[in-house]
Amino acid sequence: MTTLSIAELGHYALILALAVALVQAVLPMWGATRGDRALMAMAPNAALLQFGCVAFAMAALAHAYITSDFSVAMVIENSNSAKPMLYKITGVWGNHEGSMLLWVFILTGYGAAVALFGGNLPPALRARVLSIHGMIGVGFLLFILITSNPFLRVDQPPPDGQGMNPLLQDPGLAFHPPFLYLGYVGFSMAFSFAVAALIEGKVDAAWARWVRPWTLAAWCALTLGIALGSWWAYYELGWGGWWAWDPVENASFMPWLSGTALLHSAIVVEKRDTLKTWTIFLALLTFALSLLGTFLVRSGVLASVHAFATDPRRGAFILLLLGLVIGGSLLLYAVRAPTLRATGSFAVISREGALVLNNLLLSTACLTVFLGTLLPLFLDAVGGPKVSIGAPYYAATFMPLMMPMLVAVAIGPFLTWRRADLMPALAKLKVAFGVTLAVAVATGFVTQGKSFLAPLGLGVAAWIFAGTVAECMSRIRPFQRGAAIRAARQPRAAWGMTLAHAGLAMVVAGITVSTGWKQEGIQVLKPGQSMVVAGETYLLMSVKSIDGPDYSADQATVSVTGNGSLIAVMTPLQKHYPLQRQTVADVAIHTNLMADRYVVVGEKQPEGGWLMRIYWNPLVPWIWLGAVLMAIGGLVSLSDRRLRIGVPIRRRASSGKGSHVPA
Amino acid sequence: MTRKKRRLTLVLVGMSCLGVAAALALSAFSDNLVFFYSPTDIAQKQPAAGRSMRIGGLVEDHSVTRTEGGKEITFKVTDGAHDLTVTYVGVPPDLFREGQGVIAEGKLDQGGVFVAASILAKHDERYMPKEVVDALKQSGQWRGDNPAASASAAPAVQAKAGS
Repeated sequence: MTTLSIAELGHYALILALAVALVQAVLPMWGATRGDRALMAMAPNAALLQFGCVAFAMAALAHAYITSDFSVAMVIENSNSAKPMLYKITGVWGNHEGSMLLWVFILTGYGAAVALFGGNLPPALRARVLSIHGMIGVGFLLFILITSNPFLRVDQPPPDGQGMNPLLQDPGLAFHPPFLYLGYVGFSMAFSFAVAALIEGKVDAAWARWVRPWTLAAWCALTLGIALGSWWAYYELGWGGWWAWDPVENASFMPWLSGTALLHSAIVVEKRDTLKTWTIFLALLTFALSLLGTFLVRSGVLASVHAFATDPRRGAFILLLLGLVIGGSLLLYAVRAPTLRATGSFAVISREGALVLNNLLLSTACLTVFLGTLLPLFLDAVGGPKVSIGAPYYAATFMPLMMPMLVAVAIGPFLTWRRADLMPALAKLKVAFGVTLAVAVATGFVTQGKSFLAPLGLGVAAWIFAGTVAECMSRIRPFQRGAAIRAARQPRAAWGMTLAHAGLAMVVAGITVSTGWKQEGIQVLKPGQSMVVAGETYLLMSVKSIDGPDYSADQATVSVTGNGSLIAVMTPLQKHYPLQRQTVADVAIHTNLMADRYVVVGEKQPEGGWLMRIYWNPLVPWIWLGAVLMAIGGLVSLSDRRLRIGVPIRRRASSGKGSHVPA
Repeated sequence: MTRKKRRLTLVLVGMSCLGVAAALALSAFSDNLVFFYSPTDIAQKQPAAGRSMRIGGLVEDHSVTRTEGGKEITFKVTDGAHDLTVTYVGVPPDLFREGQGVIAEGKLDQGGVFVAASILAKHDERYMPKEVVDALKQSGQWRGDNPAASASAAPAVQAKAGS
């Protein structure tokens, strides 16, 4: 009706963004080479303009969803006028085209952040970083415009859309992609800084101090994104598990592993001016793995053959882009990395040594995940047998490699920089060792020696936790005078480390206990009948029909009693979505943060009664609480004065009065 | 320790890490590769009972029955040419339906019945597992939405049969 709709304007904005990205990729780089300040100064403006264009496109797409503009093909396929508003908005990125737009939106957002807050970066470095960032933007904008245009229109708008997959209509999943992408794309900052450093041939403590906050922010977001995804799989898919080593999960886990390594090696570059080439390599690798992850999930190599069948250009474009980014950066690395000189040296037993060990184990563990994820794809591509690789493979490869790293987590922070003695460090861990031994023996006693994994896992969790607490106490010495002052003087980064390592201990404990002590029962129940799981009685009280906005459902009411008292009344649902002809079980979970009671109601049986599946999952909440604690640790560390942009320079100017003036 | 020695130590530690990882991965591969079989593969190759494997195809219409008081479901998986009886104890995933593609992981028992330990839950109803598509193409039953794909699949089948 209107000649120029908002959706069309969004499309134009994307094309304009591509033009701006091209300028941003070429001119500042040229300017930095020639020392031309005017050209270099174009970079921040271009980055801001590019962000503005993509943000407009994003808003235009959101507008199409919110107003249910069924002239846009993607809205027809993924939305419906009866859909709740929250899912109309999150539907914007709940599909291939929209999620790629979200990807670019976040990418340009990071670029704009460098433009806004990078005022005291050396101008040539900033120009180069933004230029690299612009190149990534060009690649992805081209990909969107050529193969995945979210603004494609149809001539005859239908009266209503096809609706969204009900499994995706969930608050946990609604915010999973943005966090995941904030993480994935956040590593592009480390990548751009690494490539710029390779071009300049200079990596120093200041460089590491620029890179670390971006890496830290990306790592926090990725940690939360993975936790949200796993939580969603746990309560939405109704299978009682939380991680399946599915290729889609591995795709996000690999950049997390190498990103964690990068986080730790950047500390060494900053503090000790060494491990430079390795850190650069990790920065390139982490972003490459992020790209690989995006593509594995989004290209359809894994999830669906249709994406390739309907548009083979998509797969080809993706491979080309991956090849250019990885090949180009590795070539530059091979040529330039040998010119980077390290000044610091260190003994094998030292804080640096411990961090190197952390890096080696994390990256080899990442390699085993990589092999397990890609080997089936590779075999299939060369016409070999169709295989899949599941949990037993990872139990045999990933777990043994992680064990020594987890043990080292408690020891590393006790070692001093440059050169350390292992014995005094271990002596400080005497109490922690006692706690570990007690926990492991007690666990062995409870399991009656049937499994060695439970005592090992809980022992390691206790070791990390006790070791982390011991390290924190050795800094603060809480039972001596002046503890409060010492606590206040601890740098935020140290608190961040303590929190993150404690979170890791929680995750390990949660994984071990939930794997070892999970109980489940499955039975057909009629109202009035009950079953016993983990010593508690689950009574099916009634089942009634209810109607939601776009579904109808059977709602079961289940009471849980243990030791003669009522623990909870739970109401799982069996939802039926007529539009999508799909049935979805809505799990009911009752948690006390120590254990989850998890009830799924299945389909109604012909002879009456409902199939009920009930799990008792001890300590499962700790897995996500631990992940959140790790992310909080990262954020606390991010708030460290030292990392706040501009502080190093300003503090030198004010000659460090030591007062806590907010920067 | 000199600079050279330190570097050597690092390289050695790194190499041994890689070595351990490679050894673990190789041994794990030989034990834990789970091969995919279509019902036709099962009928022709007669894989040994008791080894973990994946099977896939379409859930045959009117084949789903419940036994053991509804706890266990039994259904047939077909690729058009052959079918295979599968049993599973539990609540099948939300997208499990007659006529839909399905992948199950488990083992064959002595009687040739596939005892599934898990039925794979997928995110998308439009999704057809790649293995299932290929199996259907192999048996000539593929009715994909892309005629080019099914047309190009036919010579591939003949080539396989001729070789």
